[in-house]
Amino acid sequence: MLELATRSLLTPAGMDSADLERALGRLVEGQVDLGDLYFQHRQNEGWSLEDGIVKSGNFSIDQGVGVRAISGTGTGFAYADAINMPALLEAAVNARAIARAGQAGVTAVTRPVDAPALYAPENPVEAVASAKKVDLLRTIDAYTRSLDARVTQVNVSLSCQHESILVAASDGTLAGDVRPLIRLDVRVIAEQGGRRESGNAGGGGRYALATLMAPESWQKFADEAVRQALVNLDAVDAPAGFMKVVLGPGWPGVLLHEAIGHGLEGDFHRKGISAFSGRMGERIATEHCTVVDDGTLAERRGSLSIDDEGTPGARNVLIENGRLTGLMQDKLNARAMGVAPTGNGRRESFAHLPLPRMTNTYMLPGDHAPEDIIASVDDGVYAVNFNGGQVDITSGKFVFVASEAYRIKNGKLGAPIKGATLIGNGPDVLTRVAMVGNDLELDSGVGVCGKEGQGVPVGVGQPTLRIDGLTVGGTQ
Amino acid sequence: MNHVVARNGRTEMPLLHDPDRERAMLEDAARQVLSRARVAGADAAEVSVSSSHGRNVTVRLGEIDVLEDARDRGVSVTVYVNRASGSASTGDLGTESLERAVDKALAIARHTQPDPAGGLAPAELMATTMADFDQWHPRDLDMTMLIERARQIELAGMDTDPRIENSEGASVSADAAVGVYANSHGFVGSGRSTRFDQSCVLVARDGSGMQRDWDWDDQGCFDTLASPERTGRKAAERAVRRLGARSAPSGRAPVLFDNNVALGLIRHLVGAVSGGNLYRRSSFLLDAVGKQLFPEWVKIDENPHLQGAARSSSFDSEGVATRQSSLIEGGVLQRYVLGSYSARKLGLETTANAGGVRNLLFTPGSSSFDDLVAQMNRGLVVTEVMGQGVNLVTGDYSRGASGFWVENGEIAYPVEEITIAGNLSEMFSGLLAAGSDLETRRNTQVPSLLLDAMTVAGQHE
Repeated sequence: MLELATRSLLTPAGMDSADLERALGRLVEGQVDLGDLYFQHRQNEGWSLEDGIVKSGNFSIDQGVGVRAISGTGTGFAYADAINMPALLEAAVNARAIARAGQAGVTAVTRPVDAPALYAPENPVEAVASAKKVDLLRTIDAYTRSLDARVTQVNVSLSCQHESILVAASDGTLAGDVRPLIRLDVRVIAEQGGRRESGNAGGGGRYALATLMAPESWQKFADEAVRQALVNLDAVDAPAGFMKVVLGPGWPGVLLHEAIGHGLEGDFHRKGISAFSGRMGERIATEHCTVVDDGTLAERRGSLSIDDEGTPGARNVLIENGRLTGLMQDKLNARAMGVAPTGNGRRESFAHLPLPRMTNTYMLPGDHAPEDIIASVDDGVYAVNFNGGQVDITSGKFVFVASEAYRIKNGKLGAPIKGATLIGNGPDVLTRVAMVGNDLELDSGVGVCGKEGQGVPVGVGQPTLRIDGLTVGGTQ
Repeated sequence: MNHVVARNGRTEMPLLHDPDRERAMLEDAARQVLSRARVAGADAAEVSVSSSHGRNVTVRLGEIDVLEDARDRGVSVTVYVNRASGSASTGDLGTESLERAVDKALAIARHTQPDPAGGLAPAELMATTMADFDQWHPRDLDMTMLIERARQIELAGMDTDPRIENSEGASVSADAAVGVYANSHGFVGSGRSTRFDQSCVLVARDGSGMQRDWDWDDQGCFDTLASPERTGRKAAERAVRRLGARSAPSGRAPVLFDNNVALGLIRHLVGAVSGGNLYRRSSFLLDAVGKQLFPEWVKIDENPHLQGAARSSSFDSEGVATRQSSLIEGGVLQRYVLGSYSARKLGLETTANAGGVRNLLFTPGSSSFDDLVAQMNRGLVVTEVMGQGVNLVTGDYSRGASGFWVENGEIAYPVEEITIAGNLSEMFSGLLAAGSDLETRRNTQVPSLLLDAMTVAGQHE
């Protein structure tokens, strides 16, 4: 990986490791605690179809280098959108404006980080010809329209990304990664008797495009988008109030991402502003709950061989049998808190600063059959699909928005209900988890997490869960 | 990125000092792109080129948290060949890179399919006069000055109330940007602007727990920014007033959206009458022009030529001449929000809204915010909404909320962890009153809005 990254990022500019050391030397001249250089080259290609024709395609190339100097908890940051020695040295001068009385000094970049290869080794932008991608979209469109006469609109989009990154830091880190990322989305509108509803499905990850292009992959998305739209055509008004909620497996794990994940990111703890601050070791969930953040899963959307600071991706246990056991850290916050970085230092691009971020966050399975969990509820809601969510990490309040849900009465599923927001309190929602299913699923690969204006790809997952009390925001 | 001169620890902002040179450089890049596109076989082409330089400082608990020097350039090109299109973008404005982008766009256009609605906006609609909207107020602020101002903001906030015990920091930023749009009709337009932004996020704590809130200001001219003391103090007051928040009574209740949250409602209106959602039949407001959406007193106008406003421009993002125009008059929808593509899809004319609306104004009422609280008598004031629970296909609205519960015409206590739900059609037609408190810091300016009823849900019956 490092060799590949070096060849694509440094060689074209005629640069080598001696140049990196020279730039790092310039960066830490003013005495900073840590300096790092982040080189990135990213290609994106996207195709989209609507009204039966592939009407647009776009291609972009972004490359540059981000230069960071850390002194204490202060950061100086500058970047250049060209990779060459003069631009790099100039950014280093701007970034070191932060330098006050740090301790560092220069270490030779002689600590190459060894990381396992977690992704497909192909560039999805180039591996498959444009004509084949266009044909795929048209095939999916025809298939989707053939599923039901009530489908009036079909949008299909395919995006392919390929990036190479290289990190060199004054602590000796030298690491590279080459990351593919693909995603396919199907969106439909269905109409019946003057009523219109939408349905969406999609997925992807860091795997070969050929896998996603196989009919058994994309037909699932098309089937699912149409099924959702048709279910919603019959949806009745959702109930309003505090009630038992059963969450389906997979993507509803967005609950974990919002309710506890963000609150366990190291920066919020270093600053003491998380609703979970100071609660390490305490019981914050029922004993059925074990939650991990795992960057080491092969080919997943949120996976990382190394994070954007060169730390190898890791499997970190956040909650073990109900107790808070771990936080997610980048180098700055780990250093300030006296702990080790956890492989969660991520950035949207060279033009953004690293922050502690999630990778793939999920709950381990329990031993209940999902049908038994539903049967155990007298009066509640079963929510199987969601749009995104949001959290206030200080008050702990979080929301997530059901896009497919059903009423449960006397242990039986009733009519589908319209989309509704669910709201809860992060520090106590997992203390209300009464049953955990044996059906752990990870999502299909569509998550984008936003924090401080930076978007990064993530994964979520969970088994079926019964939560004894969430506020459901319907109208009835 | 390569024009910075370091001198005695100070870096200059060349874009700020010589915007004409930067604009000439961007225009030259645009011409190279159009010329390459024509030579390489495009029937038509359009290009946007932009350049910006910003400085951003964050101070937390008196210490520097982040010093950032941000320079960005970018070009994006779309070419049309036999009504098929392709787009490409890059951050590198070198000749070789520009040529590669054009070639890549053409390669894509060979694979996309002819689209009868595609192409440039009509040549006869291109803007021919370019006005100055007072958007350029250069001020070379060095890092030291930004740091000092951020410290003042945070300190003023921390000193406001003893319950403010923590901070996420105060930030101050200064940005300058130049942009050029050109197309193969021969249209070339440019714009430049400066922006100054300050904000502060504070954390209050008492026996009931922690609450966080913020305040901000954003202006084109540094001298018109709110004082550091005001921004810090407002952030503190907003955090402290949330302490002790509890759930609200569940049931139907009138709801008063403060002017910040009310802006969201008008954005949903704009989304639902925008061309992309209309031709995709993804809107609850299909065929709504001429329909009574709001009570008769509601009036919303677009003024793309407002002096000093960040979004003001003589042309939209396709070069079409912009004009002042009504969106809602007498409560009735007057028009959609269209660019040339969606207009052709719908068999209509563009409304010069490629790239979105520019400076919407909701005509304010005469009641103060406190008057509206008194008029509501018993109900919910919403100061924050959470989540994406707005479905523009159906108009269904269900979101997390926090704010205040009102009893006997007065604010009784702060509330949180509640939901509010309704349907946008009913929420629009159920408007009872607009406040006089227009939020002037936004491009879309909206006052506080009182709605007759929504479903409120909390943990208690």
